[in-house]
Amino acid sequence: MPAVPELEAAIEVAQKDIEAGTSLWRDAFHRLAKNKLAMAGAVFLALLFLACFVLPFCGIQSYETTDMSLGPTLPSAKHWFGTDVLGRDLFSRVLFGGRISLSVGIAATVVSLIIGVLYGAISGYFGGKLDMVMMRIVDILYALPYTIFVILLMVLFNRSILLLFLVIGAVEWLNMARIVRGQVMALRKQEFIEAAVALGLRKRRIILRHMIPNTLGIVVVYATLTVPGIMLLEAFLSFLGFGVQPPMSSWGTLIDEGAKRMEEYPWLLLFPALFFSATLFSLNFLGDGLRDALDVRASKD
Amino acid sequence: MPLLQVNNLKVHFPIKSGMLSRVHASVKAVDDVSFSVEQGETLGLVGESGCGKTTLGRAIMKLQEPTAGSVILDGEDIAKLSGGELRARRRKFQMIFQDPYNSLNPRMTVGDIIGESLDIHKLAANQDERQKRIQELLKAVGLDPMHAQRYPHEFSGGQRQRIGIARALAVEPRLIVCDEPVSALDVSVQAQIINLLQDLQKERGVAYLFVSHDLAVVEHISQRIMVMYLGKVVEIGPAKAVVHSPKHPYTQALISAVPVIEIESKRQRIVLSGEIPSPINPPSGCPFHPRCPIAEARCKTEVPVLREISAGQWAACHLAK
Repeated sequence: MPAVPELEAAIEVAQKDIEAGTSLWRDAFHRLAKNKLAMAGAVFLALLFLACFVLPFCGIQSYETTDMSLGPTLPSAKHWFGTDVLGRDLFSRVLFGGRISLSVGIAATVVSLIIGVLYGAISGYFGGKLDMVMMRIVDILYALPYTIFVILLMVLFNRSILLLFLVIGAVEWLNMARIVRGQVMALRKQEFIEAAVALGLRKRRIILRHMIPNTLGIVVVYATLTVPGIMLLEAFLSFLGFGVQPPMSSWGTLIDEGAKRMEEYPWLLLFPALFFSATLFSLNFLGDGLRDALDVRASKD
Repeated sequence: MPLLQVNNLKVHFPIKSGMLSRVHASVKAVDDVSFSVEQGETLGLVGESGCGKTTLGRAIMKLQEPTAGSVILDGEDIAKLSGGELRARRRKFQMIFQDPYNSLNPRMTVGDIIGESLDIHKLAANQDERQKRIQELLKAVGLDPMHAQRYPHEFSGGQRQRIGIARALAVEPRLIVCDEPVSALDVSVQAQIINLLQDLQKERGVAYLFVSHDLAVVEHISQRIMVMYLGKVVEIGPAKAVVHSPKHPYTQALISAVPVIEIESKRQRIVLSGEIPSPINPPSGCPFHPRCPIAEARCKTEVPVLREISAGQWAACHLAK
């Protein structure tokens, strides 16, 4: 039989691969790295984070200093994105706004993640009557017009940003709970869960160690899709005047202001809207990429 | 005293329907089964698909709540235990699963999968001892101890089944329920796993309840064989006797269906007519009578009980000699 050097080399490489021992997460990362669109999204988000959370401390112009003599000006070397009607620098307002929008998006997603994953996992694992009751509660909450629910809560309590995070998160967990419940119900029939029961593990440990880690793939993906959803909701609330109050800004309030003056000063709408859409696109691409990367069926065999 | 004594075990699944979830029938998956397993013995459990053999294994493991009956392990009825008491007893009986691809948590390393068994029952005093135990167990099942850091998807089916065996062995159980442990594996790998199970039994004196539909495998590994049909035991006896001189007509038909390699084989194939009856409405009298080639009038009315036909060999048939 003729020797096939290429094949032997390939086998050697494969063996080295096996020796290294790759975790599922590392595999997933390798697959994600191959997805150019998702990586572009991730890089953009990383730069955006740096810009929003670091730049404001590097002596750029204040987002709240008004200059009435200046008024609205076109983008220039001094004011990169121009100034708004009160003569405030739009560049720093967009960055500060991004800080609020991103924090609301992420914090509310984390809140919804924690509630949704635990609720869904408990409901799905125990099943039966408990599951019935828990899911009917979700259905009822789902049936409430949630923007009105958020507005009510915002009116009842003070309009603090922290509260905004919590309220939005407390409303957004419903979908997460349903997704995790479905996953857990499918996992419950798997033999490794039965093995865990047969070993004598407590239910809490089975849920935390065996169920939830195996739903994480889908949870991560759904979370990246929730962040833009929440940012939209925050923009909508701010647009209605329930969100962030001036002189603070969020992308929602900036777009609101810009939209009002769109015909005279289009740059006031253009720049915040550009950042907002670019962020939403990046998050969606990253979410898509993560979904593909974490799909176990696509993993090497 | 036998290690495991199962008495009149029943597992019925209610069939509910309608808004009020009224139970109007039940599937009698396991119906009044009694048997025992001695210390260090292997009892093979055979039967065709849907005869209740897997359900019986799961009921003994308390993965399925039995409807009635008792499961006495080491002098204690585990069918009645629950909660913390049951969890503590689970050290004594473990299970090896059918599907090696589904039975290991894909997000845990092999070391953690085996280590979890040790953690739960506090079998390792410290981290060093835990590592040492994990490595010993991996060596015992024929795997490289260096593999503890790897994830299940990096192993082949046979290797995964070895990991599953190591997990079960970690708590030093007295009884292992093997639910078709080799039916998902290649024939050559099957032999390796069977030999491993036999070696481990010799070293550790663990008893197996070996569930399978493969008679050749069961004959090889078991001291005694139990045959189930429609949720009932039809025959139980020493492995050689059950395979070479089966007493119950169902066992005879089952054994005649095993393919043989000898071309000159004179063996007659008994072909059963009809389908397996539904376990919701099992036939009256002997559950096998509609398909039995030698059934008589009384088989339709009288339920046969297990009786000793020859030394240690019991069959539930009116006509068996």
